[in-house]
Amino acid sequence: MIPEFGHYALTLALCVALIQGVLPLVGAHYGRRELLVLARPAAQTVFLLLAIAFGILAWSFYANDFSVLYVAEHSNSQLPVVYRFGAVWGGHEGSLLLWIFLLSTWTILVSQLSKALDEFMVARVIGVLGLITSGLLLFVLTTSNPFERLLPAAQDGRSLNPLLQDPGLVFHPPMLYMGYVGFSVAFAFAIASLLSGRLDAAWARWSRPWTTAAWVFLTLGIALGSWWAYYELGWGGWWFWDPVENASFIPWLVGTALLHSLAVTEKRGGFKSWTVLLAITAFSLSLLGTFLVRSGVLTSVHAFATDPRRGIFILIFLSLVVGSSLVLYAWRAPKNTLGGKFSLSSRETFILLGNVFLVVSAGSVLLGTLYPLLIDALHLGKISVGPPYFNSVFVPIMIPLLVLMGIGPWTSWKNTDLLTVIKRLWLAGLIAVFAGIAIPLIMGQFTWLAGLGFLLAFWLIASGCLQVIRQMKIGKPTRSFIGMQVAHLGIAIFVIGVTMVGAYQEEKDVRMFTGETVTVGGYQIQLVGVEVVPGPNYQAIRGTFSLTKNGNSQAFLHPEKRSYFSSTMPMTEAAINTSLTRDIYVSLGEELGDKAWAVRVYYKPFVDWIWGGCLFMALGGVLAMSDKRYRLKLKRVAA
Amino acid sequence: MKAKFLIPLLLFVVLVGFLAVGLNLDPHEVPSPLINKPAPAFEVPQLGQANKTFSPASMKGQVWVLNVWASWCVACREEHPVLVEIAKSGLVPLIGLNYKDKREDALAMLEKQGNPYLLSAFDANGRVGIDYGVYGVPETYVIDRAGVIRLKHIGPITPEILKQKIYPLVSELQKS
Amino acid sequence: MKPLFLAFASILFLQCAFANDAAPLADDPVTEQRLISISEEMRCLVCQNESLAGSRSDLANDLRREIRTLIKEGKSDDQIRTFMVERYGDFVLYRPPVKPITWLLWIGPFVILVIGIAVLLGYLRRRNAVAPSKALSAEDNQKVDALLAGLGKDERDEK
Repeated sequence: MIPEFGHYALTLALCVALIQGVLPLVGAHYGRRELLVLARPAAQTVFLLLAIAFGILAWSFYANDFSVLYVAEHSNSQLPVVYRFGAVWGGHEGSLLLWIFLLSTWTILVSQLSKALDEFMVARVIGVLGLITSGLLLFVLTTSNPFERLLPAAQDGRSLNPLLQDPGLVFHPPMLYMGYVGFSVAFAFAIASLLSGRLDAAWARWSRPWTTAAWVFLTLGIALGSWWAYYELGWGGWWFWDPVENASFIPWLVGTALLHSLAVTEKRGGFKSWTVLLAITAFSLSLLGTFLVRSGVLTSVHAFATDPRRGIFILIFLSLVVGSSLVLYAWRAPKNTLGGKFSLSSRETFILLGNVFLVVSAGSVLLGTLYPLLIDALHLGKISVGPPYFNSVFVPIMIPLLVLMGIGPWTSWKNTDLLTVIKRLWLAGLIAVFAGIAIPLIMGQFTWLAGLGFLLAFWLIASGCLQVIRQMKIGKPTRSFIGMQVAHLGIAIFVIGVTMVGAYQEEKDVRMFTGETVTVGGYQIQLVGVEVVPGPNYQAIRGTFSLTKNGNSQAFLHPEKRSYFSSTMPMTEAAINTSLTRDIYVSLGEELGDKAWAVRVYYKPFVDWIWGGCLFMALGGVLAMSDKRYRLKLKRVAA
Repeated sequence: MKAKFLIPLLLFVVLVGFLAVGLNLDPHEVPSPLINKPAPAFEVPQLGQANKTFSPASMKGQVWVLNVWASWCVACREEHPVLVEIAKSGLVPLIGLNYKDKREDALAMLEKQGNPYLLSAFDANGRVGIDYGVYGVPETYVIDRAGVIRLKHIGPITPEILKQKIYPLVSELQKS
Repeated sequence: MKPLFLAFASILFLQCAFANDAAPLADDPVTEQRLISISEEMRCLVCQNESLAGSRSDLANDLRREIRTLIKEGKSDDQIRTFMVERYGDFVLYRPPVKPITWLLWIGPFVILVIGIAVLLGYLRRRNAVAPSKALSAEDNQKVDALLAGLGKDERDEK
C-alpha cells in the first residue's frame, strides 16, 4: 500500500509542477498577477509531495520491503541500516528521484529567500524550475518509476554492490547533485531575465550567491568522489578521467568561469550576454552529464544500468530544455546594452581571459570524453581516449591560468597600470622560483614537472599573502575578499598535493611472510599476522601490519579482503594511515602458496592536500557568499 | 552581429546529432583490425587427437568458419545448436578453437551437446586467441580461400545472424 | 593501556631489528616497471573501465604475461604497442595515436585557445571604441556624495 502512496505522490507532484511551471510564466508574460502568485505555493506543494515520495522510498528500504522492485534490486536484509539508506540512490530510479527532490529543494529555497525580489522575476524563476521539474517527473513516471512492484515479493534482495557499501555512498551523490542541480537556479535566473527582456546588473547580483552555493556543493561532491575512489578501489589513484567523472568536472569548470563572469557583470554591468550564456551552459552540461551516465552511450565504471528508452527520453528532454534556451538566447541577447567601458589592461580583461582558459579546458575535456563516440558515429573506427590524453592537454592549458590567477586580483577595475602591478609582484615571482627549485631538491629529486608545480603553487600563495598584507594596510577586508583569497589558496594547496604525489610517491609490490618488512618512503611496514574476521554481511581476511619509522611504532594497519555473501568477487579494503604530510597505504592481495601474501604498499606524500585544497576552495566560496552585502539585504527585508 | 548568437545553438544541434547516433552504437564492442588481413598462422594440438596438430594453412583453398568456444562459457552453450545446424547443412566447414579450457571438460561438452566441428584446435594458454584478438568467447571468423579473414562476429551466433550475414558472405566467397 | 602498548611496541622493535625484508612480488622488478608503464596506458578489453595494468581479469593476466615476454625479448615500447594494436585495434590504447582522424582531438584545444584569446582581445578593442564612458554629471556627483556620506564606513567600499 505504502509504495502506491509514493507513486501517487509523484503523479500529484507532476500535476502541481506543471502548474508551477506554466501558469506563473504565462502570468508574467501577460501581466496577470493572479497567476504570478501561484508560483510560491505551487513550489511549496511540489516540495512537500516529493519529500513524501522520497520518504516513502527511504522507508521501503529501511523496512526491507522487497515487494518494491527497486528495493529488491539494490538492498538486502543483511545490509547495515546506514547503507540501506544510501542504497536509496544506489541505482538509476532512486538517484533520479534524489535529483528531482534536490531540484525541488533549491526551488523552495529560492522561493523562501527571495522576498525582496521583483515578483515578476520570482514567478519566472520558479516557473522555469517548475518546467524542468515537470519534465524530469514525466521521465520518472514513464520510464523509471522507483515504486514499481515486484510481485510476488522477493525473499531477499540482490543487495548493493559491495563497492558502494561505504560512507562515501551516503555523502557523495547528494553533495554532487546539490551542485549539479544547483546550477539550475542560475539557469532559471538567466532564462527569467532573457524572458523579461531586462538584463541588468541586479540580475547578476541575485544570481551570484546561488551560483556560489551550487559551486561549493559541486566542489565538495567531486572532492568526495575522488577521495572515495582513492581509499576504496585499492590502488591509490584519485582521478581517472572516467567519462562520468568528466561529466561532473566539466560543469565545475564552466561554473567557475560563471562565478567570475558574474562578478564582472555585477560590478561593471558588462558582458551580460556572455554571463547568461555561461549560466545556460553550466546547467546544460549538468543535464548532458545526466544523459551520458544513464544512456549507455559511453563506457564507464559509474554508468547505471542502461535502457535505450531512457536514453532517448533524456536526449529529447535535454534537446528541448537546452535548445529552447539557446533559441531564446539568440533572440533576446543581442538586445542587451553594453556595459561600462574598460581598457584592455584591467581586472575585467583578466577575469575574461581566465574565462577563456576555463571554457576552453572544459571544452577539451568534453571533446576528449565524446571523441570516441564521434569517431564511431562517423564509422571511422573505434578509439579510446584516456588519462594520457587528458593529462597532456588539460595541464598545459591550466598553467597559464594559474599564472593569471596570481596577477588578476592585483589589477583594478576599468584600468590598471600593468607596470605597477609587476612592481608589486616581483617578490612573489622570486618566492615562486625559489620554491620551484628548492622543494624538489629537498624531496630528493629535481624534475621539471615538480619544479613547475611548486613554482605555480607558491606563486599563488605568495601573491595572495602580499595581497592580504596590502589590504590590511588599507582597511578591514571584506568577506568577499577573504573568500577569494581562501579559494585561490585552495587551488595552490591542491596543486602542491598533486605535484607531491605525482612526483614523489613510492609503491612496492612484495611477497610477504609473517614477520617480514617492507620499506617505503622511510617507513617500515611489517606483517604481524593474518586472521579471519566475520562482518555483518561478509567474511573478511584481515591482515595486521605495524607501521614504524626510525624504530618508533606509529600505528597498526588492517587491510582486508572481503567476501560478501551476495557477491562472488572478493573486495579489497585498503588500510590507510593518514597524516598531514603523507598517507601510508597498504593493500592485501592474494594469498600465494606456502602462507605468503601478495602485499602492495604506497607512500603518498601530501596526498590529502588534494582534497584539503578542495575544502579550502569550498570554504572560500562559503565566505564569499556570506559577504555583508547579501546579509544586509536580508536584514533590511526583515526590518 | 546577430549571427554569432546562433553559434551556441548550432554547436548544440551538432552535438545532439552525434548523441542520437550514439544511442544506437555499442561502446563496448571492439571491432577487429584483422578484417581483410591474413588469418594469423599457428600450429596447436587438436582437441580430440592430441598427437595430431592443426594449422590454418591446411584449410587453404576452402572457405571456412573458425569458432572460438569453451565449455566454461555460458553463451557458447546457447549458440551450440546453431553451430550444429551449420554442420548439418554442410554448406561450410566449421573448425573450433577451444580457448583456455580443460580437455576433459571440452570433450564432455561435445559429447553432451553434439560436435559440429570438423575438428577443434586446442588453445590451452590462450596464445592463439591473443593473436586473433579474442577478448570474449564466443567469437566467430569467416575465412576465405586465400586464408584472409573476411568477417568477425563477436558474441553468440543467432539464426538471424547466420541467415543475414554469415551464409550470404560464405556463398559469395565460395563463388570465386 | 599505555604500558601495554609500549611493551608491545618494544617487542615489535626487537622483531624489526631482526626482521627480514620482503622480496618483491615480481621476478624481475625492472621488467615489471616497464610492464606497468606500458600497460597503464592500455585499456583492459574485458573490464573496459580499467587499465591493463590494474585489471585482474583473465585476459588482462594473459596479455600482461605476453607483454612481459615481449619485453624480455628486447622489443621496444613502440613495438609492443604495435603488437597490441594489430590484434585489438586502436581501442586498446588510452593515448589515442596521432593520425588524421585524431588531429582535431590533439590540436583542437590549443587552436581554440589561441582563437579564443584573439577573439576576446579583438572584441575588447572594438568594444572600447563603441562603449559609452559613463561619466557622471556634476549634479549626479553631488547626489552620490550626499548618499555616500549617509552610509557607514563599512558599507562604502566593497572590493
